[in-house]
Amino acid sequence: MPEPSLSATTNATAVDNGDVVAGTQSLVLDLPPVQGTAKVEKSKTKKLGIVGWIAIFWLVAVCAAAILAPVLPIPSPTKNFLSATSEGPSLAHPMGTDSTGQDMFSRVIWGARASLLVSVSSVAFGLLFGGILGLIAGYYRGKLDTIFTNIFNVFLAIPQLVLALALVAVFASDPAVSVGKREFWLIISIGLVSIPIIGRITRASTLSWAQREFVLAGRSMGAKNKRIMSRDVLPNVLPAMFSIALLGIAVVIVLEGGLSILGVGVPPSTPSWGNLIATGRNELTRIVGACPQVILAPSIAIFLTVLSLNYLGDVVRARFDVRESNI
Amino acid sequence: MLGRRVQKQENRTIEAQARPERLLEVADLHTSFKTPRGLVHAVNAVSFTLDRGKTLGIVGESGSGKSVLSRSIMGLLPRQNVVREGSVQFEGNEIAQFSPSAMRAYWGTEMAMVFQDPMTSLNPVVKIGRQITESLKYHLDMHRDQSDATALALMKSVGIPEAERRLNEYPHQMSGGMRQRIVIAVALACGPKLLFADEPTTALDVTVQAQILNLLQQQQRERDMGMVLVTHDLGVVAGRADDIAVMYAGQIVETAPTRTLFAQMRMPYTEGLLKSIPKLEQPSHSRLEIIGGRPPDLINAPSGCKFSPRCPYAQDRCHVEEPPLIEADTPGHYFRCWYPVGTDAGREALERNLAANVPQAQAAVAGDAALAGKIETALDQRIEV
Repeated sequence: MPEPSLSATTNATAVDNGDVVAGTQSLVLDLPPVQGTAKVEKSKTKKLGIVGWIAIFWLVAVCAAAILAPVLPIPSPTKNFLSATSEGPSLAHPMGTDSTGQDMFSRVIWGARASLLVSVSSVAFGLLFGGILGLIAGYYRGKLDTIFTNIFNVFLAIPQLVLALALVAVFASDPAVSVGKREFWLIISIGLVSIPIIGRITRASTLSWAQREFVLAGRSMGAKNKRIMSRDVLPNVLPAMFSIALLGIAVVIVLEGGLSILGVGVPPSTPSWGNLIATGRNELTRIVGACPQVILAPSIAIFLTVLSLNYLGDVVRARFDVRESNI
Repeated sequence: MLGRRVQKQENRTIEAQARPERLLEVADLHTSFKTPRGLVHAVNAVSFTLDRGKTLGIVGESGSGKSVLSRSIMGLLPRQNVVREGSVQFEGNEIAQFSPSAMRAYWGTEMAMVFQDPMTSLNPVVKIGRQITESLKYHLDMHRDQSDATALALMKSVGIPEAERRLNEYPHQMSGGMRQRIVIAVALACGPKLLFADEPTTALDVTVQAQILNLLQQQQRERDMGMVLVTHDLGVVAGRADDIAVMYAGQIVETAPTRTLFAQMRMPYTEGLLKSIPKLEQPSHSRLEIIGGRPPDLINAPSGCKFSPRCPYAQDRCHVEEPPLIEADTPGHYFRCWYPVGTDAGREALERNLAANVPQAQAAVAGDAALAGKIETALDQRIEV
C-alpha cells in the first residue's frame, strides 16, 4: 500500500470530480485507499426471487412426499389396477397408469424416495471424504497434496458410469440381492466417483483460504493445525463445497437413471425415477397401446428437481462468492 | 498435554524468580528461501537484543526482510524450503531450533504478533468474541463466562466502544481501525511478554494510524512487554521506539538508540529514508525526495555494500568490499558504511561523486533545488526531531 504522499503534478491530466482538467497545474492527494469507505459498489448478491422460491417449494414438496410416501393416501406403487391398464390421467390416477395397471403418481412419489436416498447419500459420502482429503491436500500442500491430487486425477480418468457399473456388477448384481444392499453399493460407487470432484473444489478453495493472514495469526496464537483446519478454514470453504454438492445431487439423479437403463440401478421392484424411465422405455417400444406418461411423469419430476437444484446451486454460489472487496 | 502445561508453569515460576532483564537475544540469524532461481537471502546475519519493557523499531523499505525477520524469530515460517540458522534466545532459552509443537508453548502466551492487514488477519466467518476467547480457553483453561469477561475487559482496554454488542459481531461489521484494535486484543489476550507488531498501521487510514500506535505503546507500557515494531516509516518509530534498527537487503545497516540515530545518523540509507518523509515546512508543490533505484535482488546480491548501487556517497571501495557493522563513538550505535554521513570521509565522497556527475549524488542534492551546488548546506540540512 502506498505511503500517503502529497505530490504536485504539473501539466498533467487529472480527473477531478469527473471533469478533465488538462494542461493545468493540479494537486493530487495520493492517499492509501481506505477499505471501509472504498467499497461504494453495492454487493451484487443474487436475490432468491420468485423462481428461487418456486424451486425451494418444489424441492420441499418432493422431499416431503418422498419421506411421507408410506402414509400418503395413495395406492401402493406395485398394486395392479387390472381394470385400468395404460390409462391417461384421471381423477383416480392423476398421472395415469402403466401397462400393468400400476398407478404412475404413486410410483413417481415412491421413486423420489429411492432417487433422493441414493443421490443425497452418495453426495454426502463424497462430501465427507472428498472434503477431508481436499482440505488436507490444500492445507498441508507439498507431498500430501501431490499424492491426493494424483489420486483424484486417476479417479477422474475412470468414466463414472463404468466404475459404478463395475462395482455394482461385482458386489450386487445377483438378482437375489436385497434392495437395500443394491442401494448401498450404488451409493458407495457413485460416492466414490464424486470424491475427486468435490475434493478438487475443496482443495482449490482451501489453498486460497489457507494463505490468509488469519491462518498465520491463528498459528501465532498457538493453535494446532487440526484446529485451524476445522475452525478457521473449513467454515470458509463450506459454501463452495455446498454449491457443488447441490449440483452433484442433480447429476447423481440422472446418473442413477442411466445405471437403471443399464440394469444395475435400483432394482425394478422398487421404483426409482431412473428405473421408471428404464421400464417405461421398454413398455413404449414393446407394448402396443402404452401411454407416454410412463416416461413423461418421471422425466418431468427429474427435470424439475434437477432444474431447482441447479438454480439454487447457482444462488448459493453467487451469495457466497466472497471476494476480497466484500469482506 | 497436561504434563507440558504443568512444566510450563514451573518454568514460569523459575523465570519469575530470576526475572532476567534481557527478553530477546538474536545472534547471527540467517533466513533463506529455496526458490527455483536459487537461495533468497531474506535475513542475513542479523543480531540484536531487546530488554523487557523496551521497544525496538525495525525500519526498512519493502523487501528489506523486516517481516521475514519477525516471523523467523517467532518460528512462524514454513519449514519446507526455508533455511534458518543462528541463535534466538527468549529469556535465556534457545528457541531457534524448536519444532512447531515446542514453539506452541510460546506462541500466544509468551510471544504474539499483530499483523499488517486487519482485513485478512481476522476470520470473516467467526464472531469477534470467539476469536478473542478461543486462545483464553485453550491456553489458560478458562471457562466460558470467565473468558467472556476477560474478552470484554480486553476490548474495553483497546478502546472499543459498546464492547458487549461487538462480541457478537463479525469482522465485516467493523471499520479497519476497529478491526486492528481487535487484532491487538487477540494478540494481547494471553498476556504475552513479547509483542511483534508487523507494520500494524500500513493498511489503515492515516487518521487512525496514530491512534493504533498510541494504543500499542500504552499497552506495552502497562503490561511491561517487549515490543518489536516493524514499519517502513521512520516517523512511526521516531517517538515510540527505544532503539531503532534500519534494515536493508536483509541486513541491519544501522542500529542505535532512537535519539542517537536521528541526531547522528551514519548510514546514507538512513539519511535517504529520513529525507523522503514529506515535511510540513516545505513549500507546497515541492517534489518528494526519493531514493533512486530499487532494493537489490536477494538471490544475487551485489558484492560489496548492498546499498552501494543506490548510494550517493558510494566509492569504488563500496562496490567491492562489504563494510562490517562498526561501532560509532556513541555506545550502542552501529552502522555499516565506509564513508559515513556526517564525517569528513563521507563529505569528501559526496563531493567527489558530485564532481564526477554521479547521478545518485546529483539526485540526492537536486531535491533541494535552491541548495544545488552548496553541498555543505545540503549535507548539514537535517530534520530536527
